[in-house]
Amino acid sequence: MNLKTKNLETDILIVGGGTAGCFAAITIAENSDAKVMIAEKANIKRSGCLAAGVNALNAYIVKGQTPENYLAYAKNDAEGVVREDLVYTIAQKLNQVTQKVEDLGLVILKDDAGEYVSRGNRNIKINGENIKPILADAVSKLSNVTVINRMNIIDYILQDGKIIGAYGFSLDTAVLYVISAKAVVCTTGGAAGLYKPNNPGFSKHKMWYSPFNTGAGYAMGIRAGAEMTTFEMRFIALRCKDTIAPTGTIAQGIGAQQTNSKGEEYEKKYGIPKTSIRMYSTVMENQKGNGPCYLKTIGISQEQELDLYKAYLNMAPAQTLSWLENGNGPANENVEIEGTEPYIVGGHTASGYWIDTNRATTIQGLYAAGDVAGGSPQKYVTGCFAEGEIAAVAAVAYIQGKVITSPDPQAVEIKARTVNDFFRNKQGLYTVEEIEEAMQKVMDEYAGGISSSYVFNLSKLQVAKRQIKDLLELSYKLKAHDLHELMLIYEVIDRLYVCDTLIQHLSARKETRWHTFQENADYPERDDANWLKYVNSRFSEGEVKIILRDLVKKDDIYEHKD
Amino acid sequence: MSIKIDIHKCTGCGKCREVCPGSLLAEDSAGKTQIKYPKECWGCTSCVKECNFNAIQYYLGADMGGKGSFLYTKQEGQLLHWIIVAPDGSRQILTIDKRQANAY
Repeated sequence: MNLKTKNLETDILIVGGGTAGCFAAITIAENSDAKVMIAEKANIKRSGCLAAGVNALNAYIVKGQTPENYLAYAKNDAEGVVREDLVYTIAQKLNQVTQKVEDLGLVILKDDAGEYVSRGNRNIKINGENIKPILADAVSKLSNVTVINRMNIIDYILQDGKIIGAYGFSLDTAVLYVISAKAVVCTTGGAAGLYKPNNPGFSKHKMWYSPFNTGAGYAMGIRAGAEMTTFEMRFIALRCKDTIAPTGTIAQGIGAQQTNSKGEEYEKKYGIPKTSIRMYSTVMENQKGNGPCYLKTIGISQEQELDLYKAYLNMAPAQTLSWLENGNGPANENVEIEGTEPYIVGGHTASGYWIDTNRATTIQGLYAAGDVAGGSPQKYVTGCFAEGEIAAVAAVAYIQGKVITSPDPQAVEIKARTVNDFFRNKQGLYTVEEIEEAMQKVMDEYAGGISSSYVFNLSKLQVAKRQIKDLLELSYKLKAHDLHELMLIYEVIDRLYVCDTLIQHLSARKETRWHTFQENADYPERDDANWLKYVNSRFSEGEVKIILRDLVKKDDIYEHKD
Repeated sequence: MSIKIDIHKCTGCGKCREVCPGSLLAEDSAGKTQIKYPKECWGCTSCVKECNFNAIQYYLGADMGGKGSFLYTKQEGQLLHWIIVAPDGSRQILTIDKRQANAY
């Protein structure tokens, strides 16, 4: 196989048609006549994190709460290290984007007075099974937006210090697309599959995050030299055992407490409950020999049980099937819980592009939103919508008066040769699957995976760094037999780049700020005197260089200067 | 966890192939759809909901406690029926009205 190049042009290229990408496209269409192209690896009808649906909107300013409260919550939950400007600008938009998605057709539960029914202080109840088809429908009605499904973007086109487009290949025909754009908005999502997963065998992809979000946006940015932030704040989800289905629905929905095998409600032993502490307390109970740990559901009513069955069908059907398969539902048996492998994701924790308040990255012409954008945790679905809007507005302003730049033909030729080399490579000893498993094993054992209870130290990280570099070298020798395999090779290469940056970030933060997420055995205490800072990085000359930056406050308008 | 496609029921319409977020489904030589990469399945059931012929069975792997049950869906206007079939052939149907929000 040999991919032939084909040129495409658009005003704004959106990479990834998921939660943030769809909202960015809708916003651009509302605010300008700009031509938009969404390049999507799968099909926007069911791509990204929302494929199976979502059970609730977890970022909303409910009655009596304010955007300031939301910021205070997110800041506290992240132990003080957030980009306040980013969280706050999202929080201010949460209710407006919720209204918009309701207008598009999302069912949101309301009380008799027409108010949304809340589940806690920041959550509202919905039927989110079809949230992605709703977004895809809305996008398909926009005349200026072209969606190219099954196109896998592999790198930006960087010319004279600016992003002027991207390279991608089709999963169906032997074409390497060279897309020129006045601006690019990256909304690819975060990275799963870096660490050995909970179910490493047949069900290896039964994970919390979309296994098809392989960190492409991070990796492309790293290779292009964009500054990244807070990779060391990994995300580890507390989930139902085996099915890796959400626990929040049970915990918040019916108020179930975390209990150990002795029946003790253990969470409060570990201080004020925060996202990372809920996870940490479960790890510690298991270490003390008090496992398995459960959500205490025994005794709920048959009606509550049926409601849980239905709620899970709307987002994680495996859990409902598991209850029925087991013959014992949550009314009669507590739900066992466990932590997942770590992920890198800017919508839950804060890993991603270092962006200014307008969501511009450090490279001109490139914007980021959603899980790929760093600095603002607790975005969830509505936060990604909000950030998609903010990035879109900034990209529209940026392209005013700009013209499309043609890529240097020599650079295009080199890129085409690099891509086609994967078809020309001889079949070596290793397959892409083997490289992936090797990477996950290295990260698990030496960079704080499940098997080491998420703990790492510098000596282990140094081993991980060396082995990840070796695997990256091996991966360029892999042979692709078809376009799907070419995609898999690029996915593993992207994840290796993310691992490399992650390892450097984990090495750089010499304290433990977020239990389990970042559990540094060399420095087990939180150190506010020295580490109320962002750990950022930039990849240059083959090395990840660390940059430490001071905290940005709520009313600051952050601009890139150095 | 993954899916199995009943080739006797599959018409080869290709709607499931279009939506799979992992591009895991492929057309076989007889024009039917098969899952080419069963271990790569996320379990999102996007394909199951696209299939009008009840050809796609979603099941839990033995490594997740699967004991042989599977499920499929049937759309009926605003209703989405989830049909769970046990190994002995007994069925349980859970119906969700798309116009109603989750209780939790």
